Amino acid sequence: MTVRDIVKTLDGVLLTGEDLLDVDIEAACGADLMSDVMAFVKENVVLLTGLVNPQSIRTADLMDIKVLVFVRGKVLPKDMIAEAERNSMAIITTKYSMFLACGKLYEAGIKGGGIREIC
Amino acid sequence: MILRYEVSGEDLSLAGRASAEVKRAMGRLGVEPADVKRTAVAMYEAEINMAIHGGGGLAEAELNSEKIVITMEDEGPGISDLNLAMQEGYSTASERIREMGFGAGMGLPNIKRNADEFFIDSSPGKGTKLKITVYFGKKEAV
Repeated sequence: MTVRDIVKTLDGVLLTGEDLLDVDIEAACGADLMSDVMAFVKENVVLLTGLVNPQSIRTADLMDIKVLVFVRGKVLPKDMIAEAERNSMAIITTKYSMFLACGKLYEAGIKGGGIREIC
Repeated sequence: MILRYEVSGEDLSLAGRASAEVKRAMGRLGVEPADVKRTAVAMYEAEINMAIHGGGGLAEAELNSEKIVITMEDEGPGISDLNLAMQEGYSTASERIREMGFGAGMGLPNIKRNADEFFIDSSPGKGTKLKITVYFGKKEAV
């Protein structure tokens, strides 16, 4: 599924990252806790989060995650969008809740999880 | 190459910048992406810990073509029960820290898992010192 498909599936708005619209995404991670994101092991990932602060961008950058979806209609401050731009990321916002956004993407074909098991 | 950073304990929005700079330096040196990622995760977790628990401190990364050795040292309150702190899911983080996306109790376990060598020395009132070593080309990122 491409980033373009994700925007469409989530009735989303792309705030930055038009050049990534045709990038293929294979797995998704839905998390508000950044340490959970850092336990994620897959590549070509979209991160869905409700966490609106610079750490979500920074965590994604460190994990080479290029596509972020902010759920529940969150409004992003300009400096966060600018940081995402600097890191060549795509930022999407959707009005759907985390549960519905994850469900819609799963239904549309993103089946890959990837969180390592708690041991 | 030696990189040194002062990690703020005051402005938590800055936490992670040192790790991001080390990650970019590793990328410029041509280190394998899997090794860059596990180094970045380990250092970022340590940097966040240093900012939220340790009151800030000093981070140093010594980087060459074979390995990276990261030393993080703070003069914070220290850890009273290291065994407990190493357990996944155990956290003493405040509600304010959790609202920032941290405090899942995965920090130290994540560091240990991603490092090839991990040393921690901490006791109440003495602060905490971490040494994280990642050898390049040894194993996949986990």
